[in-house]
Amino acid sequence: MADIFDAYALVDAWDEMFERPGEVRTAYEPVLAALQPIEPGELRFRADQMARAFTDRGVTYAFAGEERPWPLDLVPRILDALEWDFIQRGVAQRVRALEAYLADAYGPCRAFEDGVVPWRLLLGSPHFHRAAHGVEPPGGVRIHVAGIDLVRDEAGDFRVLEDNVRVPSGVSYVIENRRAMTRVFPSLFDGQHVVPVDGYPARLLAALRAAAPEGTADPRVVVLTPGPSNAAYFEHALLARLMGVQLVEGHDLVCRNHRVWMRTTKGEVPVHVVYRRLDDDFLDPLHFRPDSVIGCPGIMTAALAGKVTLANAVGNGIADDKLLYTYVPDLIRYYLGEEPVLPNVESYRPDEPGQLDAVLDQLDRLVIKPVDGAGGQGIVIGPKADAKTLAKTRKAVAADPRGFIAQRPVALSTSPTLAGDRMAPRHIDLRPFAVNDGTDIWVLPGGLTRVALQEGNLIVNSSQGGGSKDTWVLAEGPADGPAALPADDAPPAVAPRQLGPDGVPSAVQEGAQQQ
Amino acid sequence: MNDVILSRIAEALTWTGRYVERADATARILDAYLHRMLEDPWRDEDVACRSLYAILGVDAGADSVDMQQVLDQLAFDSRSTCAIEGALGAARLNARSAREAVSSAMWECLNATWHALADQRRAARRTGPYGYLELVRSRAALFFGLADSTMSRDDSWRFVVLGRSLERVDMTVRLLSVRVLDAAHAPDWPTLLSASGADEAYARVYGGFGDTPRVAEFLLLDRDFPRSALHALTTAEECLSALGRPRQDPARRPIGRLRTRLEYLDSPALEEQLPLLLGDLQAACMASAEAVAERFYPYQGPVVWAQEGA
Repeated sequence: MADIFDAYALVDAWDEMFERPGEVRTAYEPVLAALQPIEPGELRFRADQMARAFTDRGVTYAFAGEERPWPLDLVPRILDALEWDFIQRGVAQRVRALEAYLADAYGPCRAFEDGVVPWRLLLGSPHFHRAAHGVEPPGGVRIHVAGIDLVRDEAGDFRVLEDNVRVPSGVSYVIENRRAMTRVFPSLFDGQHVVPVDGYPARLLAALRAAAPEGTADPRVVVLTPGPSNAAYFEHALLARLMGVQLVEGHDLVCRNHRVWMRTTKGEVPVHVVYRRLDDDFLDPLHFRPDSVIGCPGIMTAALAGKVTLANAVGNGIADDKLLYTYVPDLIRYYLGEEPVLPNVESYRPDEPGQLDAVLDQLDRLVIKPVDGAGGQGIVIGPKADAKTLAKTRKAVAADPRGFIAQRPVALSTSPTLAGDRMAPRHIDLRPFAVNDGTDIWVLPGGLTRVALQEGNLIVNSSQGGGSKDTWVLAEGPADGPAALPADDAPPAVAPRQLGPDGVPSAVQEGAQQQ
Repeated sequence: MNDVILSRIAEALTWTGRYVERADATARILDAYLHRMLEDPWRDEDVACRSLYAILGVDAGADSVDMQQVLDQLAFDSRSTCAIEGALGAARLNARSAREAVSSAMWECLNATWHALADQRRAARRTGPYGYLELVRSRAALFFGLADSTMSRDDSWRFVVLGRSLERVDMTVRLLSVRVLDAAHAPDWPTLLSASGADEAYARVYGGFGDTPRVAEFLLLDRDFPRSALHALTTAEECLSALGRPRQDPARRPIGRLRTRLEYLDSPALEEQLPLLLGDLQAACMASAEAVAERFYPYQGPVVWAQEGA
């Protein structure tokens, strides 16, 4: 019989499913056993069914101006309990350090005085907003939601690729991916202990309510979206709906007397916490871009007056600058007195004396990233770049050393992915999401695994044609059977639904209902 | 938390209800006419088509028109909200901008319908428009069924129902107007009944098949039939009164007045007053819709931020 894994040839990278050709890693055994006997046509059928469901539900994204169903590969990406514990600790640690850095940078600036981070890093950042200086956010939280991008290197070690602490997106796809997989491929979950991901909206809402200005008895939270034409509108609507809060656009809000109100059918109603899903630049035309019409005039003044909380806080961009990224391990040691759990990818700072020449000398062996690039834009992968691109990059880096960092190229780990009608290795990354409520940093089990659908491609962003995978975190516990069985004499958890005339459950009725 | 509705959402919900009802009613009317035409070999296609245009308020032009042209303009035109496709597209966009207010099931119903239309439109070129019209009707029923079974009976739901009710009165009045005001293009009474989805209900109430002007009475005054003007007006009024009752509600007053007028109208008087009554009904619905807009979703809020300063 044809086997969809027949032609699966490992490339020079860590493979998530196979230790060596034909030798499957323990966590993947049940999944491989479930997938292997399936005919290619059957897999294709399920993939099409899933795409159709995504289209109908409006789970789509814009690619080259066209509305496409969200691309979800059928093979899940699995993290065992140990791996997850490590990732979760590393992510939470990183968020704590970045929170400390933001509090410091918009406050006493100790790290700069002590020479841990150079002053120019702060003062030269386009995301440093003086308006945010001296603001003491409720609970000390500026990063209510973080998305930390991780990759797995050739040795199988997780490394941080970048931090997103402004408006990280993608969490809705974690929720939708799981929902789609359980519907299209229920058998894959048999006997597995996959940790659920549907707790996110409740955690987010709790964190947002906890972030309300002090003294607010019953805080009203809203999600602020640029509107239906935004690529992430689906996510904004999903989060608002799952949290049961209003999804507002800029013109639904009005600011008066340093407070924010929303226009409703019952008049204007006060708003206390705004989970805003638009960038600082568009938030308030009075403070930032005066030509922006999607924000709300006066909202920044209200935030400065402490009458409304913006989540995430304005000015967080100084903490996910890619140049600051290179300092995060130092920041973890400096603020937390801990060793970093998750290492960075080895990086150079052309900005620093002496390093520029070293970078320019080995440009063809490094990855060059603009510090402000988003969605994988502007990244040059040295070993794969042609002479012309390299020359251009060399010139750009020499002219603006502060604008770039250079990294060792990492061969991202691969995962079996349906390509045509066979499995092929494709590079993946992982974006776990963390929610900070001021007392606890909770990391959603799993996260968004993105996959570069083209062979050999290392850039996984969906804006560049990337796909995704359902990401499983396996719960600790015995590999078979539920963790705890109720004792024989325990009372039934649910009362029988239908009693017969003599007071005993009517088998006919119950049986009929179970059909 | 969700005890209030954004003005923008209220507007989107009202229009979602209106547009879905419009698509549904248009599909019914087209279906009834097509059916009639196929069964009646003596019928003049041009006249029948002109009558359709007159009902739906679209200019027919001077040249003779055929059924394909009617379908292109009244069913498949995605740019006009008078056509089924345009109305459903507009309903989808409105529901999309109110996605946290309508239930997922309702949104998926509209979105899936929108995506399914293209296939049915292509099929209609080969096998006739029945599958297409049937899809529209069944999805509209599904949509309102989902609204009834997945939305709380709160203000959001009332705006959807209000939009549907006002549109329903409007479509019923349009149907009757052509019969009453424009004899040249008049549809016959049975066609009129089936275009309102009322043929079976009428037969049950009157024990006949509607070859009489009593059809007008049924479509306007029947208390129990959900597409009658009286029933739709009553529903709209109930929604408005539940949305809050200022002493002089300019949204409720015009339709309340007409509702009472219909309630106490007897059959002989109806025939006499029919042309006038239809005009009043249309004016009342329009006045009410305008007052709703003014009260619940005023656009021109005072510009207060100019003085706020930085």
